[in-house]
Amino acid sequence: MLLAGTLDWGVIGNNLFSDLVLRGVRLTIVLTVLSMSIGAVLGTAFALLRGSRFSALRAASIGYIWLFRGTPLLVQIVFWYFALPQLWPGWAPWNGQLSSFQAGLVALSVNQGAYMTEIMRAGLLSVDPGQAEAARSLGMTAPLTMRRIVLPQAMRVVIPPVGNEFIAMLKNSSLVSVISVSELFLVAKLQYSSTLRYLEWLIIVSIWYLALTTLASVGQAWLEQRFSRGRGRGERSAGIGERMARALGRLGRREIGA
Amino acid sequence: MTGHALLEVVDVHKRFGTVEVLKGISLTVERGEVVAVLGPSGSGKSTLLRCINHLETIEAGRILFDGRMVGYREINGRLRPESDRRTARVRREIGMVFQRFNLFPHLTALGNVTEAPVHVLGLSRAEARERGTRLLVRVGLGERLDAYPSELSGGQQQRVAIARALAMQPKLMLFDEATSALDPELVGEVLAVMRDLAAEGMTMVVVTHELEFARDAARRIAFIDDGVVVEEGAPAEFFAAPRTERARTFLARLLARG
Repeated sequence: MLLAGTLDWGVIGNNLFSDLVLRGVRLTIVLTVLSMSIGAVLGTAFALLRGSRFSALRAASIGYIWLFRGTPLLVQIVFWYFALPQLWPGWAPWNGQLSSFQAGLVALSVNQGAYMTEIMRAGLLSVDPGQAEAARSLGMTAPLTMRRIVLPQAMRVVIPPVGNEFIAMLKNSSLVSVISVSELFLVAKLQYSSTLRYLEWLIIVSIWYLALTTLASVGQAWLEQRFSRGRGRGERSAGIGERMARALGRLGRREIGA
Repeated sequence: MTGHALLEVVDVHKRFGTVEVLKGISLTVERGEVVAVLGPSGSGKSTLLRCINHLETIEAGRILFDGRMVGYREINGRLRPESDRRTARVRREIGMVFQRFNLFPHLTALGNVTEAPVHVLGLSRAEARERGTRLLVRVGLGERLDAYPSELSGGQQQRVAIARALAMQPKLMLFDEATSALDPELVGEVLAVMRDLAAEGMTMVVVTHELEFARDAARRIAFIDDGVVVEEGAPAEFFAAPRTERARTFLARLLARG
């Protein structure tokens, strides 16, 4: 009775799909997708620099990873929003000041880029050098070889860890609440601070985070399948995500059939 | 006719670290000629082949393909590295077949054969498919157009690799121990394709351990040892009466083993 008395299911039911919460969910998704995309571009660029002939470029890549992987994400978020304008007022190319959303996005992207660099580097190294040689011997230029032959093969190795990172980012994006970006967690925080319904709001956000991460692992499984074309079955993994994707596929067919 | 040979390798030196692998090697190949390059392992045969299409840099000497220098340009009597784009342009006309096939595992047999014609030569997909299908039929793989490399035997993979090189309509084909990685019973089918090619007048430089192929299909033997061409001549002479002690030792050892 005591337990039932402390948890008000009505709060959860009334708010799970409220506009306020859905706006937070949407912002969490936007932050995650954008920062992962920018991070992937940064990571690919710095991974390629790492293989450069020029030692200064290699050093830049190593330094980037050292700095942004070696300091807390929370510190970086506060840095981009509060500390950088203090050091260099008007640094940003437009109004001279980033909005909290922009600062949060930059912080997440640059931080993610450091992790993606290592993932992409591992992916590129996993491709047999004979592949690039065969491509070059057919008259492909270095950029074409990278785009058509090496990167597609690196993807196969890269997708599982990137899926991990994507899921981590869905949750880590909640850290930008400290610079008042009203993503999912901040929405809940403002609500429980005023209503003191801590448990209800934490359940609401947890349901959403679980839903989003589940969706992400299904997407990952789909991508893995796509990029494992031409590989024997034995090399393919049937992780929980892939099994879920298959199960959902069966479920979908059944509903259509019914 | 043009006055120059199709391929002229002149006094080429190549070192890996402190080890000098090519010590002033020279070789001339006329149009339509099939030259078999023989020699003990570690003699520099494969390195020579890789230098010819600039998969390896060289320290001195020059390589002229169809009158054009490969990989370098001469500025005030000194060799400077040529741009990636121009080197790629020369490589289009030089096909290469590797010991370990190096097929692109993420593409089907037909995909492997059409990749460079579409993306390097700018053929339409339809043209490239037509050309690719014709070549795969010619190497006896008309039934396996949509198979991925992992679904093919070694001999089939190597035949796809030959078709892939031929799809660029090269003026010269380089074979780098094309049958050495194959199970003995699969060697024949690849050699048969190579014999056909030779009979049709393709210019070929073939690094091989297959003495029978060298004797029957080559117009000339170049025997390499310790980074230089030690002896050159018609197969009949070379096998019946090698002029140098080193060639005699090499043949005796191979024949004793076979």
